[in-house]
Amino acid sequence: MKLTIYRYDPDKDAKPYYRDYDVPLDPHDRMLLDALVKAKAQDDTLSFRRSCREGVCGSDAMNINGKNRLACTTKLADLPEHVTIRPLPGVPVIRDLIVDMTQFFKQYHSVKPYVINEDPPPERERLQSPEEREHLNGLYECILCACCSTSCPSFWWNPDKFVGPAGLLQAYRFLADTRDQATSERLDDLNDPYRLFRCHTIMNCVDACPKGLNPTKAINHIKELLVKRAV
Amino acid sequence: MAITTRRFDAIVVGAGGSGMRAALELARANLKVAVLSKVFPTRSHTVAAQGGIAAPLANSGEDNWHWHMYDTVKGADYLGDQDAIEYMCRRAIEVVVELEHMGMPFDRLESGKIYQRPFGGHTQEYGSAKMAMRACAAADRTGHAMLHTLYQQNVRANTQFLVEWMALDLIRDPQDGAVVGVTALEMETGELHVLQAKAVVLATGGAGRIYWASTNAFINTGDGLGMAARAGLPLQDMEFWQFHPTGVAGAGILITEGVRGEGGYLLNKNGERFMERYAPNAKDLASRDVVSRAMTTEIKEGRGCGAHGDHVLLKLDHLGPEVINQRLPGIREIAIKFANVDPIRDPIPVVPTVHYQMGGIPTNYMGQVVAPEGASKEAIVPGLYAAGECACVSVHGANRLGTNSLLDLLVFGKASGEQVIKDLRGQPTPHRTLPKGTGDASAARLNRLDTATGGERVADVLNDLRRTMQAHCSVFRFPDDLHKGVQKMKEIARRAERTFIADKSKVFNTARVEALELENLVETAVSTMICAEARKESRGAQARADFPERDDKNWMKHTLWYKEGNRLDYKPVHLKPLTVPTMEPKVRTY
Repeated sequence: MKLTIYRYDPDKDAKPYYRDYDVPLDPHDRMLLDALVKAKAQDDTLSFRRSCREGVCGSDAMNINGKNRLACTTKLADLPEHVTIRPLPGVPVIRDLIVDMTQFFKQYHSVKPYVINEDPPPERERLQSPEEREHLNGLYECILCACCSTSCPSFWWNPDKFVGPAGLLQAYRFLADTRDQATSERLDDLNDPYRLFRCHTIMNCVDACPKGLNPTKAINHIKELLVKRAV
Repeated sequence: MAITTRRFDAIVVGAGGSGMRAALELARANLKVAVLSKVFPTRSHTVAAQGGIAAPLANSGEDNWHWHMYDTVKGADYLGDQDAIEYMCRRAIEVVVELEHMGMPFDRLESGKIYQRPFGGHTQEYGSAKMAMRACAAADRTGHAMLHTLYQQNVRANTQFLVEWMALDLIRDPQDGAVVGVTALEMETGELHVLQAKAVVLATGGAGRIYWASTNAFINTGDGLGMAARAGLPLQDMEFWQFHPTGVAGAGILITEGVRGEGGYLLNKNGERFMERYAPNAKDLASRDVVSRAMTTEIKEGRGCGAHGDHVLLKLDHLGPEVINQRLPGIREIAIKFANVDPIRDPIPVVPTVHYQMGGIPTNYMGQVVAPEGASKEAIVPGLYAAGECACVSVHGANRLGTNSLLDLLVFGKASGEQVIKDLRGQPTPHRTLPKGTGDASAARLNRLDTATGGERVADVLNDLRRTMQAHCSVFRFPDDLHKGVQKMKEIARRAERTFIADKSKVFNTARVEALELENLVETAVSTMICAEARKESRGAQARADFPERDDKNWMKHTLWYKEGNRLDYKPVHLKPLTVPTMEPKVRTY
């Protein structure tokens, strides 16, 4: 197959360029990451992040023929013969397909992504019914790959002010947790024209999520909570 | 090369489950701590653990730590240290309940308590035919949920992370061998740093990438093992590698034992549930070494499935879509993506796949690294601690039980953090002066790669290493293969010293990182082959064709391997638990 890959090494390149790779595939090559590893065996200067190679660690998010995807769960069989790979859009490039995720993680951290419960901890587990626990499904599975936030025009424009779909999905994960007591502080923090309300329901995030999660739905739930609180 | 020096109270190398649990303890004690990680913390391989974490909560049926301890000692084929095993099992409830309080999204029972499922080798009443419900689970994403929870708590505790930094070498004071820091490569800038500390906790995880077919991530390259070996410290019990029975055939991706815990089972090409023959009581929930050997035997004797008869089938469609979607959603996703089957309808093709390293850097149950010195086989190495898969406590002995690995991470991550705090409070001394020539050895390693104008490609040497391990030191081990394997591995080690990378950039040079990782994989692979060749018995994951029986008289002892001259030493197993009587070795059947 033919890969056209965005290349840029600030150590030696004045500007980015694209390089083509001809990668002979074997029958056991299943995913795009397999092809990328082969391309790197041809040219060890080609740089990208990867780790678990099964879609749970979130390292190898990249823009594949215009869509943000994980290379390790993108099937070769589903791709055309010629594939163009770019770094995730809207974030600074460090080198080749490796992007600077500082702003993305800053927004994630800003939602206080941890259970806040000031009661003295009981001797055993805090109780939660299966129905209450069910509310966390579709939220806690996020792998922080940034496919969603870097496909979101609102995040491209205001990465410093808009929390973005990944951060808001996690904000709702803690709002939805019956063990958390900080609902009101969390809602105060999000009730802001930028932090939450830059979401214009474009829904690129839903299309991009490699785990099939739905950040838009979570954002709407947060908006509902704000409305409920207001009335 | 100018090397910058930064000072901390403590450094944790690795941000998986044990490293982040240790870091949390240290950060909460207001120590100045830095956690180094080659990847962003939530990308560490703990994220891929699926089935559960063991704790005798007794939420679904009777259970207690004594039973758990018995199962662990037996599962370890009596090579585990019984003091450490008692320690781990007695702290299990505490650390799991703490994790729940931290926000871990465990599945729940109708009672509101944590959901627990059966797992291989975990029984009631000291090995009876009744399985214990001991594996606390968040669907089949327990590791993911746990790793994110631990990261989130570290965010809350303001832990300082050095993300995408690779630790290269330990710095030891030549006076007494104390560890006084590490050298590390900042990947984004390519700079070499000296990180000085009064305590260094190695939590670098496993090295399953030494095998061709592995459930392990690319990053599992045994960096802590390489660092310890190069610093003159021994590695313990490296011959013991766990082959997980159910890796997706051809892809190596893990399918949790939780599938069998929920009622799935294995079939050969005749549609026979063959585990009934090998383990009449526990059947598919026998311990992993037993199931992997049974599968390998079925395949070797011509009862494998598929066009090449090279795998068996894991059937779970009878569990029904509801159980699969609720309890095993990640498995369904993996099977569809990597095996092209939907397990709601069709069985998953599986083969034994290397998964976990029982051996590692020798420690006691406080996480302190120990090594022979003078008359003692277990003298404490001042300033150095290790926890998790890179450490050998040894709680897993010759074979680990499923769900005991996540428990190991929490118990010994926490214990090592507690011990560091105790040691630093005990001696409020300033940092020692760094020895002369600090960083020279690391700088030389980098310099060789930067200046080499020719040599072998890293990928070629690595592929030969992995193929050699797979062919010579797998589920069943044969004397000839092992003997030749030792020679081949020594040659591969020599080739690894002459690698060449074309990438000479300072910025995020992943070729350089892979070349450095290869050096750590080499230490791991060489030690494995040599230890396996030397151990003339079968025990747990070491199954030798020429010595098919366990030999407690001569071999109930831990192996220690030293890089220098590939020297071997041995030390006794701790048979005495902390408070209960010794669990005497018995014939191990399931």
